[in-house]
Amino acid sequence: MPVVDRQEWDVVVVGAGGAGLRAAIEARERGARTAVICKSLFGKAHTVMAEGGIAAAMANVNEHDNWQVHFRDTMRGGKFLNQWRMAEHHAREAPDRVWELETWGALFDRTKDGKISQRNFGGHEYPRLAHVGDRTGLELIRTLQQKIVSLQQEDEKETGDYESRLKVFQECTVTRVLKDGSRVSGVFAYDRETGRFFVLEAPSVVIATGGIGKSFKVTSNSWEYTGDGHALALLAGAPLLNMEFVQFHPTGMVWPPSVKGILVTESVRGDGGVLRNSDGKRFMFDYVPDVFKEKYAESEEEGDRWYEDPDNNRRPPELLPRDEVARAINAEVKAGRGSPHGGVFLDVSTRMPAEVIKRRLPSMYHQFKELADVDITAEAMEVGPTCHYVMGGIAVDSDTAAARGVPGLYAAGEVAGGMHGSNRLGGNSLSDLLVFGRRAGWHAAEYAAEHAAERPPVDDTEIDAAAAEALRPFSAEVEEPASGPPENPYTVHQELQQTMNDLVGIIRREGEMAEALRRLAELRVRARRAGVEGHRQFNPGWHLSLDLRNMLLVSECVARAALERTESRGGHTREDHPTMERDWRRINLLCRLADPTGGLAATDPVRGQITLARETTEPIRTDLLALFEKEELVKYLAEEELYE
Amino acid sequence: MSSYEARFKVWRGDVGGGGLEDFAVEVNDGEVVLDIIHRLQATQAPDLAVRWNCKAGKCGSCSAEINGRPRLMCMTRMSVFDRAETITVTPLRAFPVIRDLVTDVGFNYQKAREVPSFVPPAGVGPGEYRMMQEDVDRSQEFRKCIECFLCQDTCHVVRDHEENKKAFAGPRFLMRVAELDMHPLDAAAESGLDRKSTAQDEHGLGYCNITKCCTEVCPEGIKITDNALIPMKERAVDRKYDPLVWLGSKIGRRSSQSS
Repeated sequence: MPVVDRQEWDVVVVGAGGAGLRAAIEARERGARTAVICKSLFGKAHTVMAEGGIAAAMANVNEHDNWQVHFRDTMRGGKFLNQWRMAEHHAREAPDRVWELETWGALFDRTKDGKISQRNFGGHEYPRLAHVGDRTGLELIRTLQQKIVSLQQEDEKETGDYESRLKVFQECTVTRVLKDGSRVSGVFAYDRETGRFFVLEAPSVVIATGGIGKSFKVTSNSWEYTGDGHALALLAGAPLLNMEFVQFHPTGMVWPPSVKGILVTESVRGDGGVLRNSDGKRFMFDYVPDVFKEKYAESEEEGDRWYEDPDNNRRPPELLPRDEVARAINAEVKAGRGSPHGGVFLDVSTRMPAEVIKRRLPSMYHQFKELADVDITAEAMEVGPTCHYVMGGIAVDSDTAAARGVPGLYAAGEVAGGMHGSNRLGGNSLSDLLVFGRRAGWHAAEYAAEHAAERPPVDDTEIDAAAAEALRPFSAEVEEPASGPPENPYTVHQELQQTMNDLVGIIRREGEMAEALRRLAELRVRARRAGVEGHRQFNPGWHLSLDLRNMLLVSECVARAALERTESRGGHTREDHPTMERDWRRINLLCRLADPTGGLAATDPVRGQITLARETTEPIRTDLLALFEKEELVKYLAEEELYE
Repeated sequence: MSSYEARFKVWRGDVGGGGLEDFAVEVNDGEVVLDIIHRLQATQAPDLAVRWNCKAGKCGSCSAEINGRPRLMCMTRMSVFDRAETITVTPLRAFPVIRDLVTDVGFNYQKAREVPSFVPPAGVGPGEYRMMQEDVDRSQEFRKCIECFLCQDTCHVVRDHEENKKAFAGPRFLMRVAELDMHPLDAAAESGLDRKSTAQDEHGLGYCNITKCCTEVCPEGIKITDNALIPMKERAVDRKYDPLVWLGSKIGRRSSQSS
């Protein structure tokens, strides 16, 4: 068996986006020797693509804002399925997490009195998003990256080594979380550059790997979003929560084909942009659902007045939560009122002067100019829904971010489930990363300190098994000659994306999801034959073959849970069950690996690899329920919940 | 519009050597160079090494040289080339090759560590920071940087002069010094750190002879030379040769503001 390099750390953080870096900073500041592993170069994580802002009730622009209002908005956006304790932590702590970024050098856009400026966004009652033009994610990742560097500089002064207490292993991929009995003992990873395997032994592992969008054809997500962390947790024995909830962002680019899916920030609408169909009609006024009727403008005039006078007017329906807007666009296109390339029109050009557009939406201006030859100051954009975010994820404890059932395993950010319920509000992602990244780093460091004296041993046979699994694509054709010819991993991936896009997309039907499960089973068998050419040094074909395992596992979770939930709520829309059912509000769906040993060899094509379980959610604390009017709660909660 | 077959030359190899390999590959409407590289991977060269992430010009991963010019592959549309033209894609020349289009950009991470971090002002707590938009504008321009390292690649100080790398931080990190220096609340001076003079003395600002090559390749359109490097040069000169400033610094009463 190959000799595998081993190192000892206290906390290993998998992923270097907002959540991972915030976790690493916290763990290191609490004294844990911390390693960060990331698939890409340091500072390139998907967080850089976040545009609009960080939601935090700082009340810099509207003095009426506070954490309770933010909590309320978040619960409404998630259609009350949110793990309410997480939503509470999030709303309470977000302002501190934003302010702390300033002490690390972040430079947000300012209000006239020199505070952090805040902008409007869908579903948020007040202007709440701290932002830097439309490149807030870049500011966030750079600030965290530079904070890490500053901690390394401190360590260098003290120990002579930048990496003595905090090290980033960039362009490395974790393929297995290792365990000692039920608890975490470390991770198994490969280095992309050399193809070499290594093991980081640690009592605490924080998973912060982001989302799953690369399983869908039209997505705003980057290369890294292959559901790695979701799969690592499943394979380690931790359940995933509510995986049926996938957010399709209403506004992705639709043309040209090669950029289809690239995000068009919600700030376009927050700053005054409007949606029109091919008749020139602002169609969103026809799509305000009952639960939101009282909160949105009934006429264009009222909606337009709201930008200047929000206290006496209601917001325009273009700023409904994302699930509502995405479905509306989908319906308009289906009704034949779409734009030439199958989207609808998003227009700022008639709403504000060219100079203002260029200042407030510089990357959008640039993106359309460069990639589509469209000048957004002169003409409307064409936009349509794009797979953007997964609300489902690793089931975690609300306070500690600990994954269920696997001591030492933590999860934060998009990979963790619960916080956003069935639909995430724009701007709540960046704040989620910071609030729960910090909590995960804190508790992971604490757990590691408690177990410093008896570190969990790493078992050699587990390392050997992980190495064999990772090398499989090089011998795929030799091993199973009888089952068929070797497969091109790129082809299998494309077919997977097409399947999920067509059959488990924005509008779902029972028959199609059953068909998706059948195709996924087929693809699983073919993926095991995915073979690669060449050697282990920086070989993208090999990397994709390994990522396919994760994408297939996660896709099956999404399809199974979506088939099970016979209602429509947030990011899960069933054409055959179009209404939101109050009884389903209390139901969480948990996905677990069918084979509890974590092996994947026995891939029964029909039964699949995932089992589902229903679980009743914890009742919402009464003081939090009291933040809502009774008439509103009636729309969401079952009778017996209301009178408990 | 229609599809056509384009001719590509892509550098393939590793630290041991390599060369340009010829490909004929389909191109469709609206595509960018990165789309074509991906098509090569999917159909002809599955192990072709390339870095990329967002494919939207936001992460700065897919830097390469296209027909000799440093560019982001995801933001280079095929329509800018003549259909008959052979398009040559090579790795960034200023950095050591790892494999194919992937280079070792560790130089940049090393330089990033050598720039002292933001120093928070004493006595100003989180939530108490007050800065005017016009005062943060300048640093914000530099913070648009996506760290694609095209400016580092094109800068002639290091492009063909490996020996200068030790003493020269490159445009990106000189701009980082400028960004911190222009930050309205950075308290480096109070802690005894003069960012202006370190730019000159420790990060090699003097090597820059303002040819503006960095500004030309910047995909974010940041005016690196005009807005970051030249102002720093002027200030470094002020510091060095202005006898009053010199005297002030010697007797420990440095001027905290200079415009």
